[in-house]
Amino acid sequence: MSTTAMSQRPVVLGADFKRYWALSWTLATTEFKLRFYGSVLGYAWTLVRPFALFGVLYIVFAEIAKLGEGIKGFPAYILISMVLFQFFKAVVDGCLTSLLNRENLLRKMHFPRLVIPTTVVLSALFELTLTLAAVFIFLFISGIFPTAGWLELIPLAAMLTVFATGLGLLFSVMFVRFRDIAPIWDVVGQMLFYASPILYVASMVPEDFRQLYMLNPIAVVLTQMRHAVIDSAAPTAAAEIGSTALLLLPVGFVVVTFALGLWAFVREAPKVAENL
Amino acid sequence: MSVTALNPTVPDVPGAGRPPAVRIEHLSKSFKLPHQRYSTLKERMLHPFRSTTFDELEAVKDVSVEIGEGEFFGIVGRNGSGKSTLLKCLAGIYRTDRGEAEVRGRLSPFIELGVGFNPDLTARENVTINAIMLGLSRKQAAARFDEIIAFAELEEFLDLKLKNYSSGMHVRLAFSVAVQADADVLLIDEVLAVGDAAFQQKCFEQFERMKREGKTIVLVTHDMSAVRRFCHRAMLLERGDMLGIDTPDAIARRYNELNFGRLIHSQTEGGRFGDHAIAEIKEAWFEDARGARIKSLEQGQRCTMAMQVHFHADLDDPIFAFNLINEPRHTVFATTSEWSDGPSGHFGAGETVTVRVAFDNWLAPMRYTLTPSVARAGMGADALDLREDLASIVVHGARVTGGIADVPHEFAIERA
Repeated sequence: MSTTAMSQRPVVLGADFKRYWALSWTLATTEFKLRFYGSVLGYAWTLVRPFALFGVLYIVFAEIAKLGEGIKGFPAYILISMVLFQFFKAVVDGCLTSLLNRENLLRKMHFPRLVIPTTVVLSALFELTLTLAAVFIFLFISGIFPTAGWLELIPLAAMLTVFATGLGLLFSVMFVRFRDIAPIWDVVGQMLFYASPILYVASMVPEDFRQLYMLNPIAVVLTQMRHAVIDSAAPTAAAEIGSTALLLLPVGFVVVTFALGLWAFVREAPKVAENL
Repeated sequence: MSVTALNPTVPDVPGAGRPPAVRIEHLSKSFKLPHQRYSTLKERMLHPFRSTTFDELEAVKDVSVEIGEGEFFGIVGRNGSGKSTLLKCLAGIYRTDRGEAEVRGRLSPFIELGVGFNPDLTARENVTINAIMLGLSRKQAAARFDEIIAFAELEEFLDLKLKNYSSGMHVRLAFSVAVQADADVLLIDEVLAVGDAAFQQKCFEQFERMKREGKTIVLVTHDMSAVRRFCHRAMLLERGDMLGIDTPDAIARRYNELNFGRLIHSQTEGGRFGDHAIAEIKEAWFEDARGARIKSLEQGQRCTMAMQVHFHADLDDPIFAFNLINEPRHTVFATTSEWSDGPSGHFGAGETVTVRVAFDNWLAPMRYTLTPSVARAGMGADALDLREDLASIVVHGARVTGGIADVPHEFAIERA
C-alpha cells in the first residue's frame, strides 16, 4: 500500500496519463465497433454515407447548377471537403451530448472527465482515417496522384481537430445546463456548412468579402487542402486571405476557441456528475 | 457530532495505530434543488429571477471517520440518508462542499457493480473493458481473464451478448471483475441484493478472503445481517447526520429502531419555555421496570418517565409535571406532582434531583414524546423550565385498535 494519502475529488485529467489514455482508447474502439453493430454492411456504412451524400451534392451543384465550371478536380474537392466537414461536425455533435450520454459512468465511477470528449474525438478520427483511405482511391481513379503536398493534410486535419475539440468541450459542459445548445448548434452547424467552401471554392467568393470570409478556420483548411492535394496551381490559404501574417487571425481563432473550451471544461467538469 | 463518537472503543479493529486507509474529516455535501428547473435559455430569459430560488438539501452533514487499514466498514441508513452521497464524495465523483476525504492506497473507482457494461457486447469483451476501467492494463486483464470467468462460473456463456444474460449472471460477472482489481480500498454500494444463495455464499467467502488479505472495504447496505457478519464497525446515517459509529450489533439495533419507530431524535427538542435560571431540566428519559433507559417498549409493560432537574437557587415546593404527546400531537397522558399527596418540599441551590413517574403502559403502539416541566408552586403558568419533546419512546404492540390507549378490559355480554 502506498504511503501517501490522496485527497479524493473529481479530476479532469489526473496524474495518471496512462490510465487516461488506456480508458479513452478502449472506450473509443468499443464505441467505434458498436456504431455499426447489427448492420449487415458494418464498416462499409462509414463509406456509404459520405459517398452517397457526395453523389447527390455533386449532381445538384456541379452538374445541374454548374458551380464548378473551370475548376480542376472539382468532384474530388467536394468529396474531400465534405469528408473533412463531416468529421468536424461529428466531433462537435458527439462532444455536445457526450457527457449526458455517459451519465451512468460519470455518476458511478471515478475517472478523468476528459476521457469522455477524448473518446468522441478518437472515434471520429478512426472514421476519418478509414474514409480518407477510400477517398484516396477515388482520387487515383479521377487521375489525381499523391505528391509531397498531401502531407499537408496532417497539419490541416490537426487544425480542424483542435477547432472542433475546442467547440466540443465548450458545448459539452454548456449542454448540461442549457439544453438549447443542441438546436442552436444544429442551425449554426448548417450555416457553417454553407459558409465554408465545400460546394464551391473560396476564389468564387466576391473579392470584397473574401478576407472576412477567410477568417473561418474551416475555409482556411479547405482552401489550403485544395492547393496541396487537388491542384497546386490553385491559390493557397495565405493568398486568399491576403498575406501569411493575416493567416494568424483564423489560426489564432482556433487556438482561442480551444483554450476557451478547455477552460470551460476544466472549470465545469468536476461539477458535472451532480448537475446531470 | 460529538468527538467521542469518532473512536469508540471497539475491539479487534485492524489497522489501529497505523495511519488510516480512509480519513473523512468534517465532510459536508449539499445539493441545490431549484424549485423549478430551468434548463432552456428561453425559460431562463423569461424568468431571470425566479430561477434563483432553490432549496438546499444537505445530503451529508459534517461527517468524520477514520477507517483503518484492513477494516471492513459499514455505512448504513435508510433511503435518502446520504450514504450513497458520502460514498460518491469518498470515491471522488462528487466534490465536497467542506471537509476532506482522503484515501491511502489504490482505490477501486467503481461504487456500483457492472458500471460501463455494454449489453451489446459479449461477456468476453465486457470483462476486458471493465478490467481496464478498473485500472488494469490490457495485459493484466488478459492474464486474469480465465480467473474472472471461473469465479463467475460463466465459462459456457463467454460469447453470449450481455443483454441475453440474466440479472444474476450479470451481477456475478460484475462482482468477479471487481474483486480482481488490485485495489487496496474497495467501495461497494449495495452488492448483495441480487444473485442466488450459492453465489451470495461465494461473495461472502470472497469478503472473508479480502478481509484476511487486509483490504479495506467500505460497504453501503441495508442488509443488517451482512453488516453483522462482516463489518468491524459501522456508521449510521440519518438525513445526512452521522448518528454514530459503533459495533455492527449496536448499529444494526439502532438502524432497526430507526426503521421501526421513526425514532431518530434522541435529543429531539422542541421549544423551551421559562428562563431556567432557578431550576433547570438537564435531561429526560424513559426507563423499563428494571431501571434501564429505553427507546422502545412493549405495550403492557411497566414504564417510567424521568427527568433530572438541577436547582440554581433555593426553591420551595416546585411542581414537576410530565406531558406525554402522541404523533398527532394530542396529549394522551399528563400528570404533575401537584396532584400527588402534599407539597414537594424544599430544594437548595446546587441540588440535583431525579423525578420519576411509573405507570403501566397501555398506550397504543406509536411514537410518543415527553415534555417535562418545572413550575413555581401556586402560579400555574409560571414555568421555570419547560422543554418540549425532550425524550421519546416507541410503543410496540401486537394489535392496533384505533384507540389512543388499549387499557386492560373485560367484555361481558349478557342477555336480558
